[in-house]
Amino acid sequence: MSTAGTFESAGALSRGLGVRRPRYGEMAVKAVLGACALLSVGTTIGIVFALLQPTIEFFGDVSIVEFLTSTTWSPLFADPQFGVLPLLCATLVITGIALGVSIPVGLLSAIYLSEYARPRVRNLLKPTLELLAGIPTVVYGFFALTFVTPLLQDLWPFGDPPGVFNAASAGLVMGIMIVPTIASLSEDAMAAVPHSLREGSFALGATRLTTSLRVVFPAALSGIVAAVVLGISRAVGETMIVLIAAGGTPNLSLNPAEAMQTMTAFIASAGIGDQPTGSVGYKTIFAVGSTLFLITFLMNLLSIRLVRRYRQVY
Amino acid sequence: MAAPEPARRAALVGGGARRLDVAHWAFRAAMGVSLLVAVAALVALLVQVITEGWPRLNLDLVTSFPSSRPRRAGAESAIFGTLWVMGVVVVTCIPVGIAAAIYLEEYADRTRWYNRLIAINIQNLAAVPSIVYGILGLAFLARGWGDLGPTVLAAGLTLSLLVLPVVIIASREAIRAVPRSIREASLALGATQWQTIRRQTLPAAIPGIATGSILALSRAIGEAAPLLLLGALTFVTFNPTGLDSAFSVLPVQIFNWISRPQEEFHVLAAAAIVVLLVILLAMNGTAIWLRRRYQRRW
Repeated sequence: MSTAGTFESAGALSRGLGVRRPRYGEMAVKAVLGACALLSVGTTIGIVFALLQPTIEFFGDVSIVEFLTSTTWSPLFADPQFGVLPLLCATLVITGIALGVSIPVGLLSAIYLSEYARPRVRNLLKPTLELLAGIPTVVYGFFALTFVTPLLQDLWPFGDPPGVFNAASAGLVMGIMIVPTIASLSEDAMAAVPHSLREGSFALGATRLTTSLRVVFPAALSGIVAAVVLGISRAVGETMIVLIAAGGTPNLSLNPAEAMQTMTAFIASAGIGDQPTGSVGYKTIFAVGSTLFLITFLMNLLSIRLVRRYRQVY
Repeated sequence: MAAPEPARRAALVGGGARRLDVAHWAFRAAMGVSLLVAVAALVALLVQVITEGWPRLNLDLVTSFPSSRPRRAGAESAIFGTLWVMGVVVVTCIPVGIAAAIYLEEYADRTRWYNRLIAINIQNLAAVPSIVYGILGLAFLARGWGDLGPTVLAAGLTLSLLVLPVVIIASREAIRAVPRSIREASLALGATQWQTIRRQTLPAAIPGIATGSILALSRAIGEAAPLLLLGALTFVTFNPTGLDSAFSVLPVQIFNWISRPQEEFHVLAAAAIVVLLVILLAMNGTAIWLRRRYQRRW
């Protein structure tokens, strides 16, 4: 209240209006609520601290060069080798397969829902897609292992059929899992494109196809890229599907018919093994966890930045 | 949006009308196939789980404890474990999440860098892989600073941190949807800011907050990866008796059964998945019902 000073001289009557009485209750409420909001920052700091110290200790034992260049990962063997490449490679292969499914399916679904579907069809299809997002990942893992893998073993078109555990099945099912993420976020981006742009395009004689692909899609591009980046980040961080369906052997290979172990699957299986605190096995969880956190953190920031940008345009 | 005459249309896209029709047809077909793939996967998943789990879908499943003999095994301790852990999540996560959302929407000055930092940070946390929360729980809650061990409390707090950003984001949206005029009217009548929030803004936002919170809880219920890191994958043949009790939860029990080689355990896993999906469906149904029943359009 900047006007407080001018009322000061008007006498006792106006003092109630003019002089601000501190409201301690209000201040306390604000402080408590603010503390709750700060807890989220505390979580991030907690994650960084939880990862940092054991990771530094780990790199005291193992050189960072070996970690990034050695091609064998066998930290729990008698003769341990600490090359993260096989885990990284498996993560890349499975993420790649997942994106091969989810980007076309997700984007085409989004264009249909946003530009083509009638309201009634849309109100039916959208919740159906969202059901996919609500299914627990352990269930997807079961589906990959007991349905998709046998199917692939029967229908495998190239070379040796995949084994019980393989990257292809995990990747395909993960792709289905990410479809709703990509579809609903890109649909939001396309819905945010103003109607005047579509109307302008139609007025110039463009068809719905041309309007969708050359007007709406480019206008929503940053939001769509953000959706895809978020999808990649989810694929990289997904654990249960790969743990169940892709197997538990670190394997530096690009062949999707083979079993391989991703970063997340390694963390989970090392965690199941109940490593004693402070042992090398315990520290590897944090070293691989830091690598994973760093990758997903950078992608999330990129995605958030892109979303903010497209929100500002219109 | 009347269709332009074919000749003009063709001139615009630079091809004959026929070519355009083919492109149009192909694009529609591609969109149809995409949606079909997604819907077919959902249907195949449900059919697979139900047919595989059918023989074990009976009361024995929910009234027996895990056993090394698949025929006598059940998921009672996992169901009770899930209830206990979710209890901890509800009590810790939802009040804190709503409080943080109120601060960010009603008090925070958005031009300040620290408030923007909190908002970006929450968005980022929502996309951090769940297994990283498991690492956080392992380092600070189950061992180290908290030293709770693999208990109901450690699991509940870990999942609480995991879904906290989801609750905050959903609650913020619900609070933001309450029109400004309502707040202004309340303030003009002499209410303080907190009185306005407590008596006007929050009651109007409650349906949206409840919907978002239920959806966040349904994410926590299906989560297995972070709990594996806490050491939840143990043979638990009793229901939890308190916050410091060892526990199993449904997704972890399902994972345990999937990872055994015997086919009979896979049947058991499928049956437990049906139970989990029914719980999730009930929760989502409630959320949708709440939204339809109580959400007001201003």
